[in-house]
Amino acid sequence: MALNNLPDTLGVAVDTLKTAKGEGSGWILHHVLDSNYIEFDPFGKIYLPHLQLLGMDISITKNVVFMWLIAILLILLLSLVSGKYKRSLIPKGIVNFFEIIVLFVRDEIVKPTIGTGYEKFLPYLLTLFFFILAANLIGLVPYSTTVTGNIAVTAALASISFIAIQLGGIKKHGFFGYFKGLIPPGMPVLILPLIVIVEILGLFTKPFALCIRLFANMIAGHVVIFSLIGLIFILKTIFVAPVSVGFALFIYLLELLVALIQAYIFTMLTALYIGMAVHQEH
Amino acid sequence: MLTALSLFTIALFSEEGGGSLVDVSPGLIFWTVITFIILLVVLKKVAWKPILAALEQREAAIKDALEKADKAQAEAKKVLEENQANLLKAEEESKKIINQSREYAEKLKEQMLNESKDQAKKILDNAAAEIDRKKEAAFDELKTQVAEIAIKAAEKIMNENLDSEAQRKIANKFIGEITKN
Repeated sequence: MALNNLPDTLGVAVDTLKTAKGEGSGWILHHVLDSNYIEFDPFGKIYLPHLQLLGMDISITKNVVFMWLIAILLILLLSLVSGKYKRSLIPKGIVNFFEIIVLFVRDEIVKPTIGTGYEKFLPYLLTLFFFILAANLIGLVPYSTTVTGNIAVTAALASISFIAIQLGGIKKHGFFGYFKGLIPPGMPVLILPLIVIVEILGLFTKPFALCIRLFANMIAGHVVIFSLIGLIFILKTIFVAPVSVGFALFIYLLELLVALIQAYIFTMLTALYIGMAVHQEH
Repeated sequence: MLTALSLFTIALFSEEGGGSLVDVSPGLIFWTVITFIILLVVLKKVAWKPILAALEQREAAIKDALEKADKAQAEAKKVLEENQANLLKAEEESKKIINQSREYAEKLKEQMLNESKDQAKKILDNAAAEIDRKKEAAFDELKTQVAEIAIKAAEKIMNENLDSEAQRKIANKFIGEITKN
């Protein structure tokens, strides 16, 4: 993995040398931010098209391209897996791997948190888990980008979670029934306005926390790795390199763990909120 | 820890340069939503429905197989118990049959023994009766012969002195006295 990191490191080195001449230390940001080109340092760049829709900038950016790659990869792999089930119900090879994840999401995340009627939300939560997991893991591949490390992507995912939570609740209890059910029964009339405000705020803070948690966790490891590598160039000595690379490798391995954990947490919390919306009596 | 570090770094770097980590680009949100929804729809059709159905089918098959195995085991146990009971019954029956036959044989033996004893006794009795009869006959013959011999002897002795008739009377009287004795 240290070898895999090498191209990235090279890229960072080139940038650092550039920035050392004058621009400042924005090079870490440059590596974690979205851009309208895909960079293959030192081989060159692929520029992506700019698009406009109703005055909104919907340019195809690096993150969009990688998101599509992830989507295509998932569709290919999972259709392959589902095709193998048609031939035999006994899992074999790659099917085993995906089956473990699907069963984990179904039995450990969705079933205990949503309970009865979980089947309706299962496709959404499975897609969510696989999308986040694939994005987190692909983000660790050199030259790629971590789409879940962009706050716009996590905000979009959290918005979809928000809609799923509200739709789940409204479908079960009816529009007014759902919002009435948000207020705990037996509240004194005096503090009722306060409770209403708190509950409505609560509806929005949940997905907001989801958005920030995923984004921050995914960006954190990358920034730390870049910072550690950057230390070599800031201190301008080769002797700090073993320490930097060692620590970077450690963080990289930690990020593998974080990739799994964050996919789990995002899905788990979404499922939990859906469960809370569907079963308000608890 | 990582989060805190990153937030610190974000604060550090976001003030410089054009872009910031917390800049939310609406275009990216748009594309994320579109991509995710298409991914959801496609995966639901291509992957989740068949995979989940296959998993459920397999679970049902396993459950069914286990239930069947349980049932078969229970049945086997029942059959075994039945067999054991049958075996016990058969053993008892055979014991009874053996006992009965033994008893019968004993009875038969006794009966045969008694019968043979009776027969032997009968034969013995018969033999004794025959002997008695023969003895009597022999005695009778002996008597007549003795009487004749005596008569002849007497005749010879008193051939001239006595007529036959009177002599026979005397002789008979004499012989009767003998037999009475």
